Amino acid sequence: MTQLPPALSTRGLAKRFGSLTVASDVALDLPQGVRHALIGPNGAGKTTLINLMTGMLRPDAGRVLLGDEDITALEPEVRVRRGLARTFQINTLFPNLNALETVALAVCEREGISRTWVKPIAAYKSAVEEAYDILASLALGNDCYRPTRTLAYGQQRLVEIALALATRPRVLLLDEPAAGVPREESAALFAAVTNLSRDITVLFIEHDMDFVFRFASRIIVMAAGRVLTEGTPDEIAADPRVREIYLGRRRHG
Amino acid sequence: MTAEAIAGPHAYLQAQARWRTSEAVFWIATLLPFVLTPNYLVLASQVAITALFALSLDLILGYAGIVSLGHAAFFGFGAYTAGIVSKYGWGEPLSGLALAGFAAGLLGYLMSFIIARFRHLALIMITLGFGFLLLEAANSAGWLTGGADGLQGVRTWPLFGLFTFDLWGYASYWYALIVLFLLFLLSRRLIHSPFGLALRGIRENIVRMRAIGAESRAHVRKIYTISATMAGIAGGLLTQTTETVSLGVLDFQRSADVLVMLILGGAGRLYGGLVGAIIFMVARDQFSGINPQYWYFPIGLLLIAVVLFLPGGILGGLARMVASERWRRLIPPLKERQAGER
Repeated sequence: MTQLPPALSTRGLAKRFGSLTVASDVALDLPQGVRHALIGPNGAGKTTLINLMTGMLRPDAGRVLLGDEDITALEPEVRVRRGLARTFQINTLFPNLNALETVALAVCEREGISRTWVKPIAAYKSAVEEAYDILASLALGNDCYRPTRTLAYGQQRLVEIALALATRPRVLLLDEPAAGVPREESAALFAAVTNLSRDITVLFIEHDMDFVFRFASRIIVMAAGRVLTEGTPDEIAADPRVREIYLGRRRHG
Repeated sequence: MTAEAIAGPHAYLQAQARWRTSEAVFWIATLLPFVLTPNYLVLASQVAITALFALSLDLILGYAGIVSLGHAAFFGFGAYTAGIVSKYGWGEPLSGLALAGFAAGLLGYLMSFIIARFRHLALIMITLGFGFLLLEAANSAGWLTGGADGLQGVRTWPLFGLFTFDLWGYASYWYALIVLFLLFLLSRRLIHSPFGLALRGIRENIVRMRAIGAESRAHVRKIYTISATMAGIAGGLLTQTTETVSLGVLDFQRSADVLVMLILGGAGRLYGGLVGAIIFMVARDQFSGINPQYWYFPIGLLLIAVVLFLPGGILGGLARMVASERWRRLIPPLKERQAGER
């Protein structure tokens, strides 16, 4: 078996806000198809890392590679078109569009048909059907005609994921996908995420250790802007440093 | 859930773009001035021109969320283009109008590279400043524009060599109304297209647009150019139907007025600008007859009342009323059914 290059890598990634170091010499390789959990105490720089990977923040130093390609200099929207998608910790949706329009919009952007204005959206049948299928696969088929702002919070979290999926990502970065969702629903949400096609490499930030150990096959631990360690769930569970900084304490938030 | 939604996503989206009866009623009603108020056709043509101007603003403000306090720049640029072309010997209206639209569209295209980089307050200041620049440029270039005296010597040839633009505004209203209707059709098509959906996405959340890989800036540049073209055509219509151009076409007041009309009628509703223009222009005509000095008082009052009580404008308020009436009619049968199940 030939060794595939990692789906996403960072090399020496660093970022400071004034005197506060939020990322320091972050070097990671995300092997293809693997479900990664990114954990660490509050303020460890987990969301910052996602922002650096997706280009929403510019690093002070270091590089980001998607497959073999250096994407450090690319704008966020260009990275998305190359196959790097994300969701947001706090719902970042289109409040007055309904879920169908929201996801259809992402499909149209991906296909380049959002430039066209001669024909109505309904004329692009395959785009509409694809949008609907993504929503139906996340159990949003019945509610996709209601404005997003009127959907239940948990459903809005699913729209976040649906939107990211509509870009057909190779790498999917999920920033606390289940934040604010009741436990029973969170489990279903994580099951949906881990059951995604193995062509998609997933990294999710999550505080609930049950979910982390149940759904991740690799765990990356961050603290104070640095990668403390990474490994399989068993390795992480056995690591005394992780236990000390993270698992030993009661989590908050 | 509506019947269309049950029929599937495709049927649902098709139904969104379907023509409604109220729309047909509206456009038939635009013919009423010919029959009911033939003495007011000049006013009617001004209303139609202003409605087109408001529609052009709706495309950027109501749909894409691009704020502008200087949209008169494009209206005025189109007005002067049509006027200057006519003054120097070419008074054919249709080609003059096309030139007015082209010139304003070109200006809008150049401007759009700056517009696409900013939002909110910064945009208000940039568009405001741009409006002032153009006004003073027109003021100082008296050799070309006539300056404060206005551009004299504009003559519009009869349309198709047949219909003369007379004092009673018969041809003017036809002309303005047909141009308005055609550009409305174009706008209507545009807002129901994938491009129109992308514009609403930009209005709703520009940050998320980047995160889905959208070409937001290209979209903004495109709609801004289209909007500027339409504003320029509206300006050209005013020049051709009144056969004069004054500095007022570039005035800040005109930018502010069109914004007021759009907010009154309801931004992002396609008909909002049209309804707003009708109310505003007719109110101005009537109130200024009663008291020419203070006619902005009732407009101010109306504006505050609408913003406070009808956040979606007059059309938004109407839509809510219709929706709640439908809901109210649904309640009794629902209660009966629940009683039956008990």
